[in-house]
Amino acid sequence: MTELLQHLIDHIDPYYLQILVNSGIGIILALGLNIVTGLTGQLSLGHGAFMSIGAFSSALITSKLGLPITLNLVVSGCITAIAAAVIGMPILRLSGDYLAICTLGFAEIIKVIFLNLDITNRALGLTVAPPESFVPLPILVWFVVVFAVVCTTLIHNSRFGRALSAIRCDEIAAEAMGIQVTRYKVQSFALGAFYAGVGGGLYAHFMGYINPSDFGFLKSIDILSMVVLGGMGSISGSIVGATVLSVAPEFLRFMASYRMLVYGGLLVVIMIFRPNGLMGNVRVTELFLRAIGRKPHLNTIDREADRGDS
Amino acid sequence: MAILELNNVSIRFGGLIALNNVSLTVTQGSIHALIGPNGAGKSTLFNLITGIYRPSAGTISFKDMPIGGAPPFRIATAGIGRTFQNIRLFGDLTVLDNVLIGAHSRGKQNLTGALLGFTTRVRAEEGLLLDLARQSLATVGLSYRSFELAGNLPYGEQRRLEIARALSLQPDLLLLDEPAAGMNPQEKAELLTMVKRIRSSGITVFLVEHDMKFVMNISDLITVLDYGEKIAEGVPEQIRNNPSVIKAYLGGGSQC
Amino acid sequence: MLLQQLINGIALGSVYALIALGYTMVYGIVTLINFAHGEIFMVGAFAGLYATSVLHLNIFIALVIAMIVCILLGVAIEQIAYRPLRKSTRLSALISAIGVSIFLSTLAQMLFGSNAKGYPEDCFPVSQIHLGSADISTLQVLIIAISALLMVSLHFIVHRTRMGRAMRATSEDYHTAALMGVDVNRIISVTFALGSALAAAGGVLVGVLFNAVSFNMGLMAGLKAFAAAVLGGIGSLPGAMLGGLLLGVTEVAGVAAGFSSYRDAIAFAILVLVLLVKPTGLLGRKIQKKV
Repeated sequence: MTELLQHLIDHIDPYYLQILVNSGIGIILALGLNIVTGLTGQLSLGHGAFMSIGAFSSALITSKLGLPITLNLVVSGCITAIAAAVIGMPILRLSGDYLAICTLGFAEIIKVIFLNLDITNRALGLTVAPPESFVPLPILVWFVVVFAVVCTTLIHNSRFGRALSAIRCDEIAAEAMGIQVTRYKVQSFALGAFYAGVGGGLYAHFMGYINPSDFGFLKSIDILSMVVLGGMGSISGSIVGATVLSVAPEFLRFMASYRMLVYGGLLVVIMIFRPNGLMGNVRVTELFLRAIGRKPHLNTIDREADRGDS
Repeated sequence: MAILELNNVSIRFGGLIALNNVSLTVTQGSIHALIGPNGAGKSTLFNLITGIYRPSAGTISFKDMPIGGAPPFRIATAGIGRTFQNIRLFGDLTVLDNVLIGAHSRGKQNLTGALLGFTTRVRAEEGLLLDLARQSLATVGLSYRSFELAGNLPYGEQRRLEIARALSLQPDLLLLDEPAAGMNPQEKAELLTMVKRIRSSGITVFLVEHDMKFVMNISDLITVLDYGEKIAEGVPEQIRNNPSVIKAYLGGGSQC
Repeated sequence: MLLQQLINGIALGSVYALIALGYTMVYGIVTLINFAHGEIFMVGAFAGLYATSVLHLNIFIALVIAMIVCILLGVAIEQIAYRPLRKSTRLSALISAIGVSIFLSTLAQMLFGSNAKGYPEDCFPVSQIHLGSADISTLQVLIIAISALLMVSLHFIVHRTRMGRAMRATSEDYHTAALMGVDVNRIISVTFALGSALAAAGGVLVGVLFNAVSFNMGLMAGLKAFAAAVLGGIGSLPGAMLGGLLLGVTEVAGVAAGFSSYRDAIAFAILVLVLLVKPTGLLGRKIQKKV
């Protein structure tokens, strides 16, 4: 089985394979940040640092403990989530831009600490041993993507997810509805970090080499751009945003050095013409549920109820 | 029997004394109104009861439990639902989501529950919350708007939706902050019957309102605040003829 | 020794303050974190470099040229990338700002290459002044003097002119100011112009001080200056100055105390600590919860 899959992977051009894997990891990261920023409305400029915690934990778990990759990813995710909860508890009571700059600050601090620790091999970075895995890594990445999409959809449509959206819309009203705002914020922050940890772990093992500087401010911004470009709070948006931004630089490669120039311009243009993101206002789940007849059309079902009562 | 009791409650913001030694009792099953000129401290009192502000002095108890200074979510969970003077709906969520969030404290499922959203146990709870939500939408007659965005509703309906959202909490005490503001006479008349219906379903109503006709028609008891102090209390007939109330309103230059 | 470090810190801090002022002014008026501001600082440094090394102009003229270039750039950025987004969510404007930032730094890399460049040696005659145990370079004096001069002028503009009054009104309440007949678009342009001019001055001064100008210098300087603005209380001009100086001094002190490899973390550690104690920054106004 493993060999068959590996064989399948070997047939894909390594260049395309890399783009494919990078998009996959991008989607996982964007889905995580989307829970924090899109769903809960807390602007985080430090998602890259959580990815870095996950990447280094995961690399060290492989080299020191040799756990199988799936277990490794879960553990790395949990470590990252715990780190996020510890950081989140004091700072999540700050509002808006003060919170944003604090997440940025913590991210820089984490980066500098990693650059100075022996266990992360300082500025030289770590070479990551190939993981022990039942399926080839690229397939595992996309398996995780599917799993993450399913989990995120479940979260969006739950009591937990509703509480997070309530916090985004109006914290005071949310609290007046019995929602423990701070606690939910910390949970959302930790949950987003869990995704980042898993994404970081996959990244470390796919790349085979990680350096704290790979996960600086620009990485966080990269992930945030995926979320906003795709559409805040939209799951399909995160998928589209992450794919576009992972693939776009490659498509622009023929422009050689103009590439990042166009990329920067593209961000501006897309925002001006679609300020709510590419998938903003497009509700894929709802369209899907209607298409399969699970959700009725607007305003048809409950007229009876109103008449019955008033 | 008292459901809510305030004992010598005061609150200061910097040097300003917004409420001074206010004591009042809301009786279980009544409709109690709080009136007074603009700036008398009515909304501040509501914010104290719901935990948004902490009292500088005095005690507040709800169903004989002290709640003064407790965080808002705990007070809400204990059974006090409220609406806001300046509407605070979750504007970019659907009407149904708004009332579902109102029912939040009647559910238990957390993150794990969310991830197990397909299991019968979690679905049963979702169903329960959904029933509650639909029921309160029906009470205010907004079921037909279920899937529209709350922010897109006309003003009067937004006010009603706020009431529905608070009802989903299954409160024992409902605080309404100027529920009739901005409504036309017909909407006010509907609101009047709605509030009476809510009371007869066993929920105590405590409301702030400027429309005197509305207040006189609906209240069992009226408390009057002026400059942060309680100046009168009584049944509508007593309040209507109370000289200090008349003075407060005419002197304050406020509308009645 | 102590005095020496203090002066080094103040010199560095003045530059942070110059950049921080731009962040805080723009934020005060349109509540946008202008992430392209660091790149404006970088462009200012390059404009000064070009004026001194290619055109062989005097450093003070170069300073003025850099400021003019950046004023035009700042105003243009606002019109192209932010104005169309004024009614959208703040995050879309933020992403747009990030796009501008990537665009400018890539452009600088293409035009000037990836290596750091230095200002010509003779552009400013440096000599040392002995003050007790400290050696102060005339360059540091120049930096502190120019920064102080610019900040005083800014204070004058904001508090003593009609334009400044309109700026303060707009910052207080955008819509009411518009209703009172303030041409808000013009005020926003002026704000970007002033902020960009200060950043340009900072860029030239840093270029001369560290003798290194590179396409990616805007990022870290911008982040730290933003941290300084938040530290002081975003939206507050004295706050930005105070925050900048504080960060400069603590950073230099941290390096002197032997934490040089943690240099970039010091600024942010201070920031986080201050915000935890005072959530709206040192001189920020307390926000009363409106219910």
